[in-house]
Amino acid sequence: MIPGSTAVAIPQREPVSKGPRKNLLDFADWSSEEVIRLFETADVMAQVLTRTIKKVPALQGFSVGLLFFENSTRTRLSFERAARAQSADVMNFASGGSSMSKGESLKDTLRTLDAMQADLYVVRHHASGVPHQLSRWTDAVVVNAGDGRRAHPTQALLDAYTFRNSFPGFDGFAGKKLTIVGDIAHSRVARSNAELWTMLGGEVVLCGPATLLPPELAELPGVKLNARLDEAIEGAHAIMALRLQLERMRPGLLPSAAEYAARYQITERIVAGAHPDAVVMHPGPMNRDLEIEGRLADSPRALVEKQVANGVPVRMAVLYSLLVGKR
Amino acid sequence: MRTAIRNARLVDGLGEHGKGDLYLKDGRIEGVDLGGEVDEEYDVAGHLVTPAFIDLHAHLREPGQEVKEDLESGLGAAVAGGFGTVVSMANTSPVIDEPGLVSQLVEKAQGLGLARLRPAAALSHGLAGQRLTDFAALRQAGAVMITDDGIPVNDGHLMRRACEYAAELGLVIQTHSEEPSLRGDGVMNEGPVSQRLGLPGNPVAAEAVMVYRDCELALLTGCRVHIAHVSSRRALQVIESFKAAGAPVTAEVTPHHLTLTDDCLTSFDPVYKVAPPLRTGDDVAALREGLAGGLVDTVGTDHAPHTRAEKERDMLEAPFGIANLEVAFPLLYTRLVGEGVLSLPTLLERLQGGPARVMGWEPPTLEPGKPADLTVIDLRSELPVEPGTFRTKAKFTPWDGQLLTGWPVHTFIGGRKVFER
Ligand SMILES: [Zn+2]
Repeated sequence: MIPGSTAVAIPQREPVSKGPRKNLLDFADWSSEEVIRLFETADVMAQVLTRTIKKVPALQGFSVGLLFFENSTRTRLSFERAARAQSADVMNFASGGSSMSKGESLKDTLRTLDAMQADLYVVRHHASGVPHQLSRWTDAVVVNAGDGRRAHPTQALLDAYTFRNSFPGFDGFAGKKLTIVGDIAHSRVARSNAELWTMLGGEVVLCGPATLLPPELAELPGVKLNARLDEAIEGAHAIMALRLQLERMRPGLLPSAAEYAARYQITERIVAGAHPDAVVMHPGPMNRDLEIEGRLADSPRALVEKQVANGVPVRMAVLYSLLVGKR
Repeated sequence: MRTAIRNARLVDGLGEHGKGDLYLKDGRIEGVDLGGEVDEEYDVAGHLVTPAFIDLHAHLREPGQEVKEDLESGLGAAVAGGFGTVVSMANTSPVIDEPGLVSQLVEKAQGLGLARLRPAAALSHGLAGQRLTDFAALRQAGAVMITDDGIPVNDGHLMRRACEYAAELGLVIQTHSEEPSLRGDGVMNEGPVSQRLGLPGNPVAAEAVMVYRDCELALLTGCRVHIAHVSSRRALQVIESFKAAGAPVTAEVTPHHLTLTDDCLTSFDPVYKVAPPLRTGDDVAALREGLAGGLVDTVGTDHAPHTRAEKERDMLEAPFGIANLEVAFPLLYTRLVGEGVLSLPTLLERLQGGPARVMGWEPPTLEPGKPADLTVIDLRSELPVEPGTFRTKAKFTPWDGQLLTGWPVHTFIGGRKVFER
């Protein structure tokens, strides 16, 4: 046992092994109460990370497999740190596509990896639904670290957590408006944030040019669409700019980056129309002066660095909550 | 050779003909309740006896993709599903674009003595959409239909010339009507479900636009154009308007488009990945109405076997298609007849007379003199779908484990029993 580690009170919870295994694939089978408890756990984890020895034995003996079929150094490191800070063993299957031969089925690939008997898999894949598929083929817990355009639930958790912590005496998400601006069509961050924020009782407005703003998303409960930036942002408590992934776009989605910046860039002038205390978020990495004004990104309103920093305690809380008591 | 099938409930596309003993002689139907000496007899005790079905749309994968299916497993699956005649698609490897390949298929299938194979041949060499194949020579070799199915014919000029040429030869052109640039990289129906799931969508517009073009070319050229696997209400509306205008178009729907919706994709199970994609409940309702009312001429299985490993990939990489030959009838009987959408004779008509009329063949009936291609169906016992028992090599299905009634129990081809459950 690591000296001093017991000084931090880790919340004790009922073992989860009694009921069915719980995953974090998206928020479909999560409740707002569970998310609030997760945030409280993240608060404790954040304290752990301020200590001299940033490590607790909470997940000693558990092993976490990181299955990154799509590269993402930032997210992978964040999960890895979250696991190691709780003394879990970490197995990395980071692949640039090389470890999985073209002819092999996803199921066979996972079976091979599953022979190493991780207790929990963190999965990122360029195809929507892969974490759902894997969860059917393994007895381990599955955490979605981003799948296609579908979901990126830990990003949404750290975004909401960062928002919650940016207001002293935060009184809940009810009545709070989040406006997400950019390439909504291709964004798993937008989908997960919309899902989580509305589940927590907030309002969500999705904004972007019509080519990137599928009208069918208005059918999500609690979600509104508005292609006019000034209207979409009116009274917003949080504004989230998405990274424009120009390299992924089919021709015809945007006339030009300059046209996009002129109509949809989040600037100090635009933010003036939001709630007076409004914060600005960005899941990163940013294209400065494209989707977000560089000056605004550097201002105290911008929570970009806090979002990155909060990634570790939030992911610690996720791993802890899903694993403890599973043995 | 003379055979009696005793105590049968006799039904065909013309209607119910009561109970009786059906006599077969030298490969043909001889008549009912004739009596006299027989070489073989079967007591089918109240089971339905009806002409074997015709499938105008099956992918049998031979030559080149025998790991997915071959003639023996595919035609075996056909007779197990009650099908006596199958039109095989040309998107094999190599593509069926040369007369020699057609005659090889026909000969090999004859040797197997299972369902009758009537191959389709490719419209363009290598399905590349560039150069027409030799329709006359292909017909001479035994091809009954011209189609690039699997790949839409993008070039409108080529499609027009194909129609003109086929019209002159009396060949049917079957289309895979999806406008490629609108279809894009879509893997499921574009709509609220695809947006929620974050999967690339394929809009109804991609189908409707191409169906419109293909119908317009039928009208222009007089060619018999058969629109394969219609999936949407909009596409049906287009077909309806062209049929009303006298265009020689016919339409086909698949068992899966009649029974499943895009909501199934919520499971992220690639077994539901098909082209064109599963649509909404409203589209399913339109296809059912179309089939009941005769706007849709036939059910084609679009039997599209793949290996399990291919279907166990992610939603973007997994191939399109479901292997349907064995479950088509029990599924449609249980769902459509069971839910009062269709009468049994109408369902039989869409699997017998309907496809025959699309092709300009004589409709199969139980009348004396007709070929004794028959299927005997147990309409009472309820059995689960068990992919492990399939004759097709594709041992997976969306209906795995579901209880269905109306399973074929015997199939006769040319008076010879080729399948028994
Ligand atoms: Zn097709």
